[in-house]
Amino acid sequence: MQTIFLIIVLAPLLGAIIAGLFNVSRCMAHTVTIAGVGLSFFLSLYTFYHIIIQGQGPYDITLYTWLISDGIRFQVGFLVDHLTALMMLVVTFVAWMVHIYTIGYMHEDPGYQRFFSYISLFTFSMLMLVMANNFMQLFFGWEAVGLVSYLLIGFWHTRESAVFANLKAFLVNRVGDFGFLLGIAAILMYFNTLDYQPVFELAEQKQSIRLELLPGYSASIITVICLLLFMGAMGKSAQFPLHVWLPDSMEGPTPISALIHAATMVTAGIFMVARMSPLYELSPTALGVVLIIGAITALFMGFLGLVQHDIKRVVAYSTLSQLGYMTVALGASAYTAGIFHLMTHAFFKALLFLAAGSVIIAMHHEQDMRKMGGLRKYMPITYWTALIGSLALIGFPGFSGFFSKDAIIEAVHHAYQAERWGACFAYYAVVGGVFITALYSFRMFFLVFHGQERMDKHTREHLHETPWVVTLPLILLAIPSVVIGVIALGPLLYGSFFAEAIFVNPAHQPFLAEDYHGVWGFLIHGLTQPPLWLALAGVATAYLLYMVKTDWPALIAQRFPLIHRILSNKYGFDDFYQATFAGGSRDLGHHFWKTGDVKLIDGMLVNGTAYTIGFFSSIFRQLQTGFLYHYAFTMIIGLVVLLGLFVL
Amino acid sequence: MTVKLIFYLFAAILIFAAVRVITVRNPVHAALYLVLAFFTTSGIWLILQAEFLAIALVLVYVGAVMVLFLFILMMLDINLAPLRENFTRYLPVGLTVSILIFVEMTLVVKVLSKPAPADLPAASSNIQLLGEQLYSLYVYPFEIAAVILLVAMIAAIALTLRPKRWSKYRKPEQQVNVRRQDRLRLINMPAEPKD
Amino acid sequence: MELLLSDFLILAAFLFCLSITGIFINRKNLILLLMCIELMLLAVNLNFIAFSYFNQDIAGQIFVFFILTVAAAESAIGLAILMVLFRNRGTINVEDINTLKG
Repeated sequence: MQTIFLIIVLAPLLGAIIAGLFNVSRCMAHTVTIAGVGLSFFLSLYTFYHIIIQGQGPYDITLYTWLISDGIRFQVGFLVDHLTALMMLVVTFVAWMVHIYTIGYMHEDPGYQRFFSYISLFTFSMLMLVMANNFMQLFFGWEAVGLVSYLLIGFWHTRESAVFANLKAFLVNRVGDFGFLLGIAAILMYFNTLDYQPVFELAEQKQSIRLELLPGYSASIITVICLLLFMGAMGKSAQFPLHVWLPDSMEGPTPISALIHAATMVTAGIFMVARMSPLYELSPTALGVVLIIGAITALFMGFLGLVQHDIKRVVAYSTLSQLGYMTVALGASAYTAGIFHLMTHAFFKALLFLAAGSVIIAMHHEQDMRKMGGLRKYMPITYWTALIGSLALIGFPGFSGFFSKDAIIEAVHHAYQAERWGACFAYYAVVGGVFITALYSFRMFFLVFHGQERMDKHTREHLHETPWVVTLPLILLAIPSVVIGVIALGPLLYGSFFAEAIFVNPAHQPFLAEDYHGVWGFLIHGLTQPPLWLALAGVATAYLLYMVKTDWPALIAQRFPLIHRILSNKYGFDDFYQATFAGGSRDLGHHFWKTGDVKLIDGMLVNGTAYTIGFFSSIFRQLQTGFLYHYAFTMIIGLVVLLGLFVL
Repeated sequence: MTVKLIFYLFAAILIFAAVRVITVRNPVHAALYLVLAFFTTSGIWLILQAEFLAIALVLVYVGAVMVLFLFILMMLDINLAPLRENFTRYLPVGLTVSILIFVEMTLVVKVLSKPAPADLPAASSNIQLLGEQLYSLYVYPFEIAAVILLVAMIAAIALTLRPKRWSKYRKPEQQVNVRRQDRLRLINMPAEPKD
Repeated sequence: MELLLSDFLILAAFLFCLSITGIFINRKNLILLLMCIELMLLAVNLNFIAFSYFNQDIAGQIFVFFILTVAAAESAIGLAILMVLFRNRGTINVEDINTLKG
């Protein structure tokens, strides 16, 4: 198995190296990378079969010891259990689809090989992240996906907005990574190891260690570690208030938005928290924070999707909102539900993004929904797949999103009844979020595919369905978007699927196995709950506003200018960060430059040293007359002084 | 007592000679006074029972080094007038420094008033003692000293050697290697001027 | 009253100081400077021999032996340099030898 794991990880890396470093042709570039990722996918499939169907035990393999310092081992190794196997499958599948799709989407781009190299590199990094068996490797993968994300957001590096966006993504992620690194450092400090297994085993003992954060206020070390690690997850998974980078990341090419900023990388935070469940379960405080942050993100980011006109940005805000749902699930100790939603979301959100990308290709890279409409008859495959994606997103009964989202809401409801801290707010936020999700999803859907054709004449003449490399991934992603929920619901949520990988405190147990009466029972139960009706109400509202009374949205915006402005300004977070952090640090940097660098270092230390030396040299050079007898005289004076010292 | 008288006599001559060395106008005279100083010093060394070194001083310094000085002085034909001007200008500062050093040194050495040891037996030989030490314990430095002398000799020759630019001489190897083309040139020209 | 070590040392010190004075007052003439240095070495050698005698240690004489060797070499090279200098610059005036100053 060790060899298989190695091949899974290294095949995409090899593809990336060949496509990126060697001057290969376009055909070669996509053949190599698709073959590499495809190989990874099939081997992941085999691993999945091997571990889950055949039930082979989890593998915890250490491959290579990088260094041993002061008794702490820095290693490269793989921990492959049920959670990892599932993640590997999702990552390689979506990555593979995106690779194929990219052939069509990036068809005309001059940076074709570079793009394939990057996404293959991303696949490698993401696999390293999910397969890590220690914190160092986790951090490596974490930073590597961040790096590739940075490179890909700024893929069109001649666009100023793209450069701005990738810098923003990178800097905001730095804030999160700062906490993440501190968390890892705290683990290293208190556990004296970086491997998962001993850390999880020791966690309970270390719970009693308290750390005085502020005078008079102390917290358990586990809580501190969990909160710091979650800070990293907030950055990577774009949780409030570090969410600002994700919408801007849509400057990157659409396949990237699908792969990195919807399906895989942004879920790394969710995965990480689920992986760390033995730690989080020990800290109710940390879970409460996770719950609240997730709820805020889930509800308020959904609102923003209502006022966006850029098709990709709508999907981006929807991603934020869904990430919030996953985080809420984690906070409610329903890790399985979070991972379940992560998986279904990976499929249907990648599908939605790729569909949006398909639309963008057809519209000749026009992303404004106000200039679309009525695309249904031009692009039937895209239309139907987008419909499937949207239905899955809003949680229409039977689609994958229904099961995962309902499971989350159920878990939060359970937590609410158990009177967990923050669960009340979280429950209403996620339930309200369902309505919003349906509203913005179908707003986008109606605006794009139905209604008047608002594009210009030239574009309309060229409208046609996109080539097969684009539609094939759409269809392939549509299939799991529909069925994965039905398949995975039972074993994932109520079975002992994650029993080894995820630890849940019995007191926090979100689901009770005896409540489960099969898929049909879940479906029927869902029909009696408010979320479904809220979702349908959302669809109906969208239909009303954007199909029947098309002048109402403008009217509403006029009637409530304040709300509209707040939403348009994205609650002012961007402006606020721009003004305070970016502007502030720029001012600070300017001052450091002016006083610290120019005056102190350049002026005083560097030039000052030179001037001082020059000044003293100009004095001392008077001694260097070049006359022999002056030197002799100096020597004699020295002799006199030495003798004088000796005598006295 | 006799020894002491002899010492004071030699000391007086030595100081006189040294003073003359630094004050006479003519460098040739200075060199000759320096020879006198060496002679008297070798006398003092005899009092100190360093017979071999006393003789060596006379042989090496008086016989070789000072003769070299005199040779150089005569060969160089130096215009002495400008070298002697401002003779007294630096005398005060020089004297001050010297006296200072002398006082200091005297303060240091005054405490070392050690009496002379008993005389060695007449049969003992200073040369033998020196030789035993030199060829056993100090044989390695001794060899190095020989090399230093060799290097000094070569350096002195190399420094002063130079081709005589003004003399004309043949180079036989070039004469032997000469070819016909170097000397003879065939020119093709019409036999009759055309008019 | 016998001869004491200090007598010889003071004589050597006096000789040394005379040669320093010589360096000061003959500061222009390179040959005289060399002579003064010889005189200085003579004073040092006198010290060595005096100590050797009064301490009954032959090592002092060995030292003098080597000093004589090196001093002979030194004066040979010094005079050679002086020759070259005079040939090249036509003078042995120390004040004219200041090309060391950049």
